Amino acid sequence: MSTTEKLPFPGLRSGVDLVPTNDTPQTGKEYTSDQEVRWCPGCGDYAVLKAVQGFLPQLGLRRENIVFVSGIGCSSRFPYYLDTYGMHSIHGRAPSIATGIATAREDLSVWVVTGDGDALSIGGNHLIHALRRNVNMTILLFNNRIYGLTKGQYSPTSEAGKITKSTPMGSVDHPFNPVSLALGAEGSFVARTIDSDRKHLTAVLSAAAAHRGTSFVEIYQNCPIFNDGAFDAIKDNDTKADAIIPLEHGKAITFGTRDDEGHGAKGLIRDHETGGVKVVLTADVAPDALLVHDAHNPDPSTAFAISRLTDSGYLNQSPIGIFRQVERPTYDDQTRAQISSAKDAAPGDPTERLTALVNGGDTWTIV
Amino acid sequence: MSKQVKQLDRVIIRFAGDSGDGMQLTGDRFTQESAVFGNDLVTLPNFPAEIRAPQGTLPGVSSFQVHFADHDILTAGDAPDVLVAMNPAALRANLGDLPKGAQIIVDTHDFTARNLTKAGYDTNPLDFLGDANDALGEFSVFPLDLTGMTVEAVKEFGLSRKDAARAKNMFALGLLSWMYGRPTESTTAFLSKRFAKVPAIRDANITAFKSGWNFGETTETFVVQYEIKPAPMAPGTYRNITGNLALSYGLVAAGVQSGLPLFLGSYPITPASDILHELSKHKSFGVTTFQAEDEISGIGAAIGASFSGQLGITTTSGPGIALKGEFIGLAVMTELPLLVINVQRGGPSTGLPTKTEQSDLLQAMYGRNGEAPVPIIAPQSPGDCFDAAVEAARIAITYRTPVMLLSDGYLANGSEPWRIPDIEDLPTIDPKFATERNKTVTKKGKDGAEDTTTEEFWPYLRDEETLARPWAIPGTPGLEHRIGGLEKGDGHGNISYEPANHDLMVRTRQAKVDRIAESLPPLQVDDPTGEAKVLVIGWGSTYGPIGAGCRRVRKAGYHVAQVHLRHLNPFPKDLGEILARYDKVLVPEMNLGQLSLLLRGKYLVDAVGYNMVRGLPLKAADLADAIGALVADAEGITVDLTPIAEEASS
Repeated sequence: MSTTEKLPFPGLRSGVDLVPTNDTPQTGKEYTSDQEVRWCPGCGDYAVLKAVQGFLPQLGLRRENIVFVSGIGCSSRFPYYLDTYGMHSIHGRAPSIATGIATAREDLSVWVVTGDGDALSIGGNHLIHALRRNVNMTILLFNNRIYGLTKGQYSPTSEAGKITKSTPMGSVDHPFNPVSLALGAEGSFVARTIDSDRKHLTAVLSAAAAHRGTSFVEIYQNCPIFNDGAFDAIKDNDTKADAIIPLEHGKAITFGTRDDEGHGAKGLIRDHETGGVKVVLTADVAPDALLVHDAHNPDPSTAFAISRLTDSGYLNQSPIGIFRQVERPTYDDQTRAQISSAKDAAPGDPTERLTALVNGGDTWTIV
Repeated sequence: MSKQVKQLDRVIIRFAGDSGDGMQLTGDRFTQESAVFGNDLVTLPNFPAEIRAPQGTLPGVSSFQVHFADHDILTAGDAPDVLVAMNPAALRANLGDLPKGAQIIVDTHDFTARNLTKAGYDTNPLDFLGDANDALGEFSVFPLDLTGMTVEAVKEFGLSRKDAARAKNMFALGLLSWMYGRPTESTTAFLSKRFAKVPAIRDANITAFKSGWNFGETTETFVVQYEIKPAPMAPGTYRNITGNLALSYGLVAAGVQSGLPLFLGSYPITPASDILHELSKHKSFGVTTFQAEDEISGIGAAIGASFSGQLGITTTSGPGIALKGEFIGLAVMTELPLLVINVQRGGPSTGLPTKTEQSDLLQAMYGRNGEAPVPIIAPQSPGDCFDAAVEAARIAITYRTPVMLLSDGYLANGSEPWRIPDIEDLPTIDPKFATERNKTVTKKGKDGAEDTTTEEFWPYLRDEETLARPWAIPGTPGLEHRIGGLEKGDGHGNISYEPANHDLMVRTRQAKVDRIAESLPPLQVDDPTGEAKVLVIGWGSTYGPIGAGCRRVRKAGYHVAQVHLRHLNPFPKDLGEILARYDKVLVPEMNLGQLSLLLRGKYLVDAVGYNMVRGLPLKAADLADAIGALVADAEGITVDLTPIAEEASS
C-alpha cells in the first residue's frame, strides 16, 4: 500500500508571478517611509537600504503587495524604513512569520531581513526549515560577524579567537559559514554579495526575487562600531581581486590579477584527493581543467565545496555570487494546490457543508 | 433459557486491559451504542503516555470508563459498577476503585504465572474465589476464558492464533452489549468499514462481537439482563462527541461564520494533536494546517497568517504554551486576532502527558513578560468545546487580540451526547477589514502659506466602543504600515519610547481586554431555593463533578448555589456582586488554587479551595463532602450526606 500521495505541482514560475503589478513607473522615494533612519553613521545597512529602495521600483509590483518581515537586531529595523507592509517581530522568528504570510497569500512578495545572530543563532531552526520547505520568500542575511544591537559580543559567524566583551580571552566558538549552512539545508537559491557593491547587490536581489522558493542571500555588511574592517580585504581596491572569487553561471571560476581576456591568475579546479575544490595558478593547469560554475546543478556538492573556500578566520578570501539556483516545488504552492483541489472536490454553500459535517457520524433525533 | 430483565437508572462500566488490548476502541464502541440508544452518558478514557508500555504490567494498563443513564448525568462516575479486566494487571490496577458488590468480568486466559508476577500477584486471586481468604470476596466475579472462546469462534477465518486472539475485545464488547441491551448495528457497520481491506480480520471481529452477544444470551453464567431506558433530552439531533472533535468543528464553524480562511500552525503534542489531525481533513473549508518545526514556529506562522487576513490558530498543551510565550506577547503588542488553544495536561515540565489537570490558568493569565493581558475562555464539557471555540474567535476578531482557550485532557478525550447546533443560529463574526485611510493630518503652512491636509492611515487609531485597532491587510492600497514588538505611539503606531505614551498604551491594552466584559451575558447562578449561603464556583471541566456534588447536597436537603465561569479574563461584570451575596465561596480546581488566587486578588473574597491534582477528574462524592462541610460551617448546622451516598444519581 502506498503511503504517499502524488502531489499536484502547479508548474514552475517566477517568485513574483502571482503578485499584481503596477501600471505606472515607481520611484525609490515611494518606497521610503517617513521614519528617520537610525543606524550608526557609516553602517553598511544604509547602503543595502538604498539599494533595496532603488531596486524595488524595478520589480514593478504593487507596493501594497510587498511585505518585509524582520526579527531583532540592527538590520531588523529595516522594515520601518520601507513604505510597504511590514513586521518587525521577535528574535530569530521572522522566517516563521514569513512562512505564514507566504502560505496564506500567493499574491504577496515576501521578504525577510535578518542578521547573523538573528538567523543563525536564536533563529537557526526556523532558517533551515524554511530552506528545506522552500517557501516562496527572499531572505536577506546581513552578516557583520558581530552582535551590534547588544553592543559588541561575538556572533555565530565571528572568527575563532575573537576578543569581544563576552570573550575577553578570545572566542572558542567555531563559526558557521552561512552559505554552507544554507546549501546543507538544501536551499534552492543561495547567494552571497557585498553591501558596498551596489551593482552586484542589485543583480543578486533581482535573481533572488525572480526565483520561486526560498532565496537566501548573505550580504557582507560592515559594522563600523564593533567590527570595523571585517571585510576590508574584499573591499580594498588593492586586495579585492585576490580576495573575491566571483561566481558566474557557465563561466570558468578564476580570480586574482586578470589578463587582457579577463582570465584571472588564479582559478578553481576539482581536488580529487579531498573530493572538494582547490585554488591553483591558472598558468599551471590546462584551461579545460578549470571549474566551470554550474549554479543549476541539482547536486549541491560542488556548490558546497566552493563555499568551503571562504575564510573562517579573518576574511582574506571569499566566493561571491550565486552559488546555487535550482527549481524545486515550493511548500506554499503545494499547500494551496491541496486546498484548492479539496475545495473543487467539495463544492457548495459553506453553511450547508458545515451542517453536513457536524451531522456526520452516528446521530439520533429526539422529537 | 429465559433471562430476567432488571431495570437500572444508571451504570458505570470500566473496560480495562493492556494498552495493546484495544480497550479505548471497545469503550468508544460501547459509548456509541449507548448514545444511539438514547442514554445520557459521560466517558473517561485513561491511558498511559507510552504507545506500548511493557506488556502485562501495571503502568501498561489502559482503561475506558463510561457512565450511562436514563436521566441527565454530569460525570463519568466516581466508582465503576462493572469492571471488565482483560489481564491480571488490569484487575489489580482498578480493584481499588470498585465499590462493594461491583461486578468483575475477567478474562482468565492471561492469568498465567508470568502475567500474575508482572502484575505483582504471588498467587492467582481467581484460585480462591469463594474461599474464606478470597481477596475478591466483596465482589461478584465472573471468570471467563474470553480469549479462548474468541479463538474458537473465529477459527474458520484461518487467522494466526495471535491475530485471532486480538478479537477478544470485540467478544467482550458483544457480551456487555447483550447484558445492557445495546443496539449492535453501529458496531457491525463500524467494523465492516474499519477492516474493509482485510476481510478475514473484518469477519473475525464481527464474528467475535456476535459470539460475545450470543454467549451472554445462552450461558447460564448470566441470568440477568439489564435495561437502562433512554434519557429524556431536549428535542434535537444528537451525536456523541469528544472535546477535541467538538473544538475542531467549532474552529471550522468560526471560519465559516467570519468568512476567514483558517490557518493552524501547530506542533504535535499530547493531548492536543487530534485537533491538528482533524483540521487537516477540512481543507475544503479553506483550512490550512502547517505542521511546524517547533511550537514557536507554529504560532509564528499563525501570526503571519493573521497579519495577512486569515484567522491564525495555534494548538498545544502547557509545555508548548511555555515556548510560545514571547510570540503571544507579540500578538498582544501588534493587536492581531489569534487563537491559542491549550489542551491542559498534568505538569510541571513534561508532567503527565495523557492525564488531565487545570494548572495552566495562571500561565495563561500572566505567563508573559510585561503587562500582556490575554482574554481567557474555558469550555465546561466536551460538547461545549464547540461553542467555546466560536466565542474565542468572536473575541479575537472583534477585539484584535490573541485569545487563550483552556481545554484539558478530560474534555479532549472524554465524550458526551451533543445536541448538534443549527449553523444558522450561530453568530456571524465581521472581520471589518480596514479599506480606507482613517486620519486627516493638517500641516501648518509656513510663512503665511495656507495649511495643507493629508489623509493618512494610522494603524493604532481605535474603535471607540471596542478599543480595537484597524486590521489592514497587505494588498490594501494606501494602508501600507509597519507593526512590531516595540512600543507603539498612540494612534500613528510608530515606535515611541515616550514615558507618558508607554503608560497610556499599557493601560489602553488592558482597557481593551477589560472592555470585552461589556459584551458578555450575565452569569447564570444555579441557586434553586435562593436560600444558599454557600456558593461553589468553578471553571472548565470541573463543571460536571461540581454540578453532581451540588445535586447530592441538595438531594440530602441542604442549600448550595453553583456558578461556572466560561470567561476567566476578563471576569463577567456581575461576578463581584454574585460573590458578595454568599457567606462562603468554595472553589474546586484540579490545581493548587489558581482561580482562588485570582478571585481573592480581584474581589477580596475569602475563597476556600478544594484542590486535587491526581491527573483525574474530581469526584462528585468528595466534592459533596467538601460542600457539605462548608454548608455546615456557614449555616451552623450538622450536615449528614450518608442517606444519599448509596443511591446518589449523579
